[in-house]
Amino acid sequence: MTTRLTDVTSNYRRRKLVDSVMTGVAYVCTAVAVAALGFVLFYVVVRGLGAWNLEFFTSTTKYFGEGGGIANALYGTAVIVAFAALMGVPVGIMAGIYLAEYGENRLGNVVRFVADTMTGFPSIVLGLFVYGLLVLAYGFHGFAGSVALAVMMLPIVARTTEEIIRLVPDSIREASLALGVPRWKTILRVVIPTAMSGIITGVILALARVAGETAPLIFTILGNQFWNTDPFSGAMAAVSLFVFEASKSPYEAVQQTAWGGALVLVLIVLVLNLTARFIASRGSVR
Amino acid sequence: MDLFKQLRRGNPGDAIFKGLAVLFGLSLLFISGLVVFELWYQSSLSRGEFGWSVLWSTEWDPPGERFGALQFIYGTLVTALGALLLAGPIGIGIAAFLVEIAPRRVDRVVGIVVETLAAVPSVVYGLWGIFVLGPFLCSYVAPPLQAVLGWLPLFSGPCRSYSVFTATFILAIMILPTVAAISRDVIRAVPDAQREAMLALGATRWEMFSRAVLPYAKSGIVGAFALALGRAAGETMALAIIIGNAPRIFTSLFDQGATMASIIAANFANAGSAMFVSFLIELGLILFAITLIINVSARLLVWTVASGPSGGIRA
Repeated sequence: MTTRLTDVTSNYRRRKLVDSVMTGVAYVCTAVAVAALGFVLFYVVVRGLGAWNLEFFTSTTKYFGEGGGIANALYGTAVIVAFAALMGVPVGIMAGIYLAEYGENRLGNVVRFVADTMTGFPSIVLGLFVYGLLVLAYGFHGFAGSVALAVMMLPIVARTTEEIIRLVPDSIREASLALGVPRWKTILRVVIPTAMSGIITGVILALARVAGETAPLIFTILGNQFWNTDPFSGAMAAVSLFVFEASKSPYEAVQQTAWGGALVLVLIVLVLNLTARFIASRGSVR
Repeated sequence: MDLFKQLRRGNPGDAIFKGLAVLFGLSLLFISGLVVFELWYQSSLSRGEFGWSVLWSTEWDPPGERFGALQFIYGTLVTALGALLLAGPIGIGIAAFLVEIAPRRVDRVVGIVVETLAAVPSVVYGLWGIFVLGPFLCSYVAPPLQAVLGWLPLFSGPCRSYSVFTATFILAIMILPTVAAISRDVIRAVPDAQREAMLALGATRWEMFSRAVLPYAKSGIVGAFALALGRAAGETMALAIIIGNAPRIFTSLFDQGATMASIIAANFANAGSAMFVSFLIELGLILFAITLIINVSARLLVWTVASGPSGGIRA
């Protein structure tokens, strides 16, 4: 009798032990992720801030020697991302409207599947694609980079727009249709405004995704040490591309500038993410 | 046909709008098709020269214009699988913590951490990896590893920052958010009845999680792994900075190697000949095909298996 009882308690003790060990493992896993992020942000902020000064924001990129800044690269990133948004956002939103409002059929499923697969396209492949499409014919230029980034944004914007529009209650649609408003006007004047904050969130997240993107830019804008304000001709600079080039530099000062650029990229991405989160939390649908 | 009916009924606005929406929806198909066509077309020079043998050749002779892709396919698969080996269990651990253990407030904070980890640009990871993580691994992680397992060829040779070893770790950090976020969603979707039944039988939390939750969420987690693998295979900038871009089949993790994406990024700007450029684009085509296969099978897997979860009463 007594032996059986101790068996049971020792078995229970063993199970308890395994349970606490596994709980500890889960804690450690989470700690690893938090530590990794802390480790990354700490170094980027500390070493990046060390590079920030007036020259950093006002002079052009340099790959050799002392000094240099990211002014031209910052301009390049802004222009390229702006043009990408100008192309990717409207097309993406319209594709999202199609999926949500007219996509309940086989064709819609195919488009949805392709959009999901497109989000998995390696970004470098999109760079090669635009290289063949535009760069071979027109040379390296900023707009080609925008096209590559727009293709990256497209499926993200489309899928988030679709998901948000699906959240708009049917009763709102029905109310509008019952008043005799045609379907297209209902979508544009009732459904979209209701879903607006969610759509904007999706757009901002897509922007954050492409703002720090580097791989597609190598083959499209090439990078430039000097000012080029014309996105339609000639090689351009971008912050992400500069960080990549500078990370290979043996010059200490250039590496320092690279850290400064990395901090700029991280800040851009984080601010965009926080903005998206803020808008989403105040949104009308979610 | 529908369109014409609407036009005849005197409601051109609807017809036009629907037509536009369909057109934009189809533009996604058109663009994906164009991507495939462009890669295929631009790589025709290299494909014509080397044929299928490029897939099992390891030649690398830019001046002589002879190329093979095997060492890059190998590098891509080894680093991606290595990263998944590291990030997979940790990702599940995070997901388990978030769903089963953490109070709501902690859950939110860690959720933000994971999202931020995913948002940091690849090139920043590269910079950090080469100047911070690489030296750290070489002074704190590699020595004990080599002391125990140094007799394996996998861990032979001196540790350097520019190595497959550092690259695999960086890649693991980069795909960790993908694994963690998708696993969390999948595990959260497991019905609570599943948990309650197990707990009511006197199971501990770990027994409940490992026997009632994990089997139920298995297919979704496999899907998460596959999507992370696809991400890892296509990851470019961090690896282009760290892995060393040595075009050979490495046997030790402390060697330098190259992945398809990294070798394209590293060589494109100074590819001298049309054949070289064409070969790099063909590499892009192969990479595209591999990630496409991984991604499509991941989604099909999630779609087909998710309809009938294993575990529960039928397990």
